[in-house]
Amino acid sequence: MSEPSRRDFIYIAAGAAAAAGGALTLWPFIDQMNPAADTLALASTEVDLSQVTEGQQITVMWRGKPVFVRHRTPAEIEEARSVDVSGLRDPATDQERLVPLSGGEYQPQFLIMVGICTHLGCVPLGNRSGDYDGWFCPCHGSHYDTAGRIRKGPAPKNLEVPGYEYLSDTVVKIG
Amino acid sequence: MSGPSTYEPKTGIEKWLDSRLPIVRFSQDTMINFPTPKNLNYWYTFGGILSLILVVQIVTGIVLAMHYVAHVDYAFESVQRIRRDVPWGWMIQYIHANGASMFFLAVYLHMFRGLYYGSYKAPREILWILGVVIFLLMMATAFMGYVLPWGQMSYWGAVVITNLFGALPIIGETITTWLWGGFSVDNPTLNRFFSLHYLLPFAIAGVVALHVWALHVPGNNNPTGVSVKSGKDTVPFHPYYTVKDGFALLLFFILFAVFVFYMPDILGHADNYIPADPLVTPSHIVPEWYFLPFYAILRAIPDKLMGVLAMFASIGVLFILPWLDTSRVRSMRYRPVMRWFFLIFVGACLLLGYCGGQNPEGWVLHASRLATVYYFAYFLLILPIVGLIETPKPRPASIADSIHGDRGKPRSDTAATPAPAE
Amino acid sequence: MKSDMMRVFLIAVALLTSTTAIAAEEEVHAPNQDWSFEGPFGVFDRASLQRGYQVYREVCAACHSMDYMYFRMLGQEGGPFHDEDYPNPNDNPVIKALSAEFQIEDGPDDLGDMFMRPGQTSDRFPAPYPNDNAARAANGGAHPPDLSVIVKARGGGADYLDALLTGYKDAPEGEEPPRAGLYYNEYFAGHWIAMPPQLTEGRVTYEDGTEATPEQMAEDVTTFLAWASEPHMETRKRMGFGVIIFLIILSGLTFLAYKEVWRDVEH
Ligand code: HEM
Ligand code: FES
Repeated sequence: MSEPSRRDFIYIAAGAAAAAGGALTLWPFIDQMNPAADTLALASTEVDLSQVTEGQQITVMWRGKPVFVRHRTPAEIEEARSVDVSGLRDPATDQERLVPLSGGEYQPQFLIMVGICTHLGCVPLGNRSGDYDGWFCPCHGSHYDTAGRIRKGPAPKNLEVPGYEYLSDTVVKIG
Repeated sequence: MSGPSTYEPKTGIEKWLDSRLPIVRFSQDTMINFPTPKNLNYWYTFGGILSLILVVQIVTGIVLAMHYVAHVDYAFESVQRIRRDVPWGWMIQYIHANGASMFFLAVYLHMFRGLYYGSYKAPREILWILGVVIFLLMMATAFMGYVLPWGQMSYWGAVVITNLFGALPIIGETITTWLWGGFSVDNPTLNRFFSLHYLLPFAIAGVVALHVWALHVPGNNNPTGVSVKSGKDTVPFHPYYTVKDGFALLLFFILFAVFVFYMPDILGHADNYIPADPLVTPSHIVPEWYFLPFYAILRAIPDKLMGVLAMFASIGVLFILPWLDTSRVRSMRYRPVMRWFFLIFVGACLLLGYCGGQNPEGWVLHASRLATVYYFAYFLLILPIVGLIETPKPRPASIADSIHGDRGKPRSDTAATPAPAE
Repeated sequence: MKSDMMRVFLIAVALLTSTTAIAAEEEVHAPNQDWSFEGPFGVFDRASLQRGYQVYREVCAACHSMDYMYFRMLGQEGGPFHDEDYPNPNDNPVIKALSAEFQIEDGPDDLGDMFMRPGQTSDRFPAPYPNDNAARAANGGAHPPDLSVIVKARGGGADYLDALLTGYKDAPEGEEPPRAGLYYNEYFAGHWIAMPPQLTEGRVTYEDGTEATPEQMAEDVTTFLAWASEPHMETRKRMGFGVIIFLIILSGLTFLAYKEVWRDVEH
């Protein structure tokens, strides 16, 4: 009582230390829900492009998600390049949606995208479907063109291009 | 003790809430203003400590359940994955595993406290019985939890304990088959144990709520065993006991942390790091340390059925304890004869714990038989008889009195007047 | 009077500690060794870990799996090949090279066939036998145990393992093996072990020039296996130090608060 300031100091110090300790303790319990080391280690996939023939599309698993690997025909590439980019919802040229070889040249026939509709996560149908001959998402009617760009329907963005690199002309490593 | 409520809603919102859901009033009356004897010592902090360990076990358990796989082919591996790959998994797993031991350490101290200060006696019989129910649920939970990592001790512990029920005549085999969900301990057993291990702690939490409710009707007992007479005997729970319990809790957590961070395996068994193998029994099956006294009672008796019955009876007898003690005096502080029997009882329990970890041969077998006899005699003979013939020491007239005088010894003026019946 | 329960408590502690001490006693007692990773501040000797991995790889892995070990773990914090520059061990070129030394079965491919490919950091250590029965058949009926958690799975821990690896002796006069193909080892329970002596002089050639004596190899591989049994041991001890210091400070403050709260109450 004689020194209320000392008393207050002790209470505040103890209370603050307890609160800080409690807050720090929370972190491990939150962080444990993040991807574990084994999940993170599986974060890349290699794809052999030579097995994908012209006009064909394969779907590979990457981080538990479908990735479309399409070998486009010259007609599809032409279609994708003839679009006026400025009028698009999510403007991007066809080239911007590709990754060059280590030498810097492009292989425009191979289009690689995460096969997940940017609206609410359904997997769009391929094989030149939809109004723009690319992909069509049946869930709520989003149409993507032959470069995987959103053209019509509720989706806000183009189909996502994952991070990938060419290990050789025919092998890409996704992730 | 849980006299009239002292809560007075001040603002309009508080009044509005109080006439609909008096939750603030309830919290104030039970956790803030609750009148608590002034003289509670550190043995009385274990109730609070237990409540917190229960929370720790539930929280870490829920986390583990997010990563654990209840399947005989993956259970062991999933625990290794938690240890190695899940962020912080190693720490959370060690906390949960050692938390069980801390839980039992605290509960045993809590129970011996009750035995010594006569906290099981009127008017706290229900409180005590609810405590025994909690204890039983804890044992079931811990046993099933230990099976989950599916190591050798998990598996063979499950085999041995479930086979106890096979000792029952006629229905024994039907019961074990039913428990297993098959003809041996196997995947169905593991799955149901996981389900129940997740469920039971919440049942414990429910019974703890009843336990605390039953505590708040008569109020706490105290080291003198003398009932609260007036406001002079008590202080409000908060801040007096929140801060004392908090301090004790932190000391307990230091011990807990020493186990978790510096000797996480010392209370466990090396064999449980070998995946379960139904074809090979480990050379020496022992339960976790907290079951050893009961395991010793089981093995002290040469007959399978009688051993099982004795083991269950050793806990069953706790249910009728309040009616076995015939003394009018609660606290053993004032029971010069009974106190010695109590000390021997603690010794017998420790001896049983020791014997439970050894092979039941030679002197170990004799010692565990002797201790088993004493264990039952303590409840069934000593407590009833000594209570009738012992002359208790004079007790203080009130808790406040006991504090003024030389601790526990009444002042000369009160010693002359016989202590009123409690 | 108050000290009654305290006395009981102290006796209890004394009894319990002696109980665990006796319970921990092993039939065969491995000599107590000094390990780099022992004690509250012990950390693994990194060079020894690397040599130990080499011994496991070149000697033990012929018969013993390590199912819970993945190549990437070798490069994680606290691991033998951890490199500060590669916080993600999957990017660490040393780990990539170590994994690529192995051909791992993968598949099925589009035709449904399994195929072999070079190992990746995310791969498990390959097992020497396809299943337990094959392992048994190849080892005279004895199953070489998995070594992932072996140091935790044996009562004597690292001391036992080290003693076992160097504990081969001529059987004492009159002791006969229960069956053929067994070797006398002082520290093995029952003394007759199906594993032949492995660590003979110069069995491996250490890259760092350390002389490969049997004792050295045993020490190194034991250190490696102790790490593998608990790869986060160093983090555990480091964290524990902080946690305990914090708890001591907080309980000191709480004790002061307790004294303040109770100052005006007789109790
Ligand atoms: C999950 C386990 C348990 C929890 C969380 C718990 C919680 C509590 C709490 C908070 C108190 C009041 C504070 C105190 O006096 O220490 C208490 C009192 C008590 N508990 Fe428990 N308890 C548990 C298990 C048990 C068991 C197993 C028993 C006995 C078989 C038991 C018997 C008692 C008794 C007799 C009291 C009243 C003590 C007195 O007022 O002198 N409790 N418990
Ligand atoms: S999810 Fe594709 S359109 Fe809604």
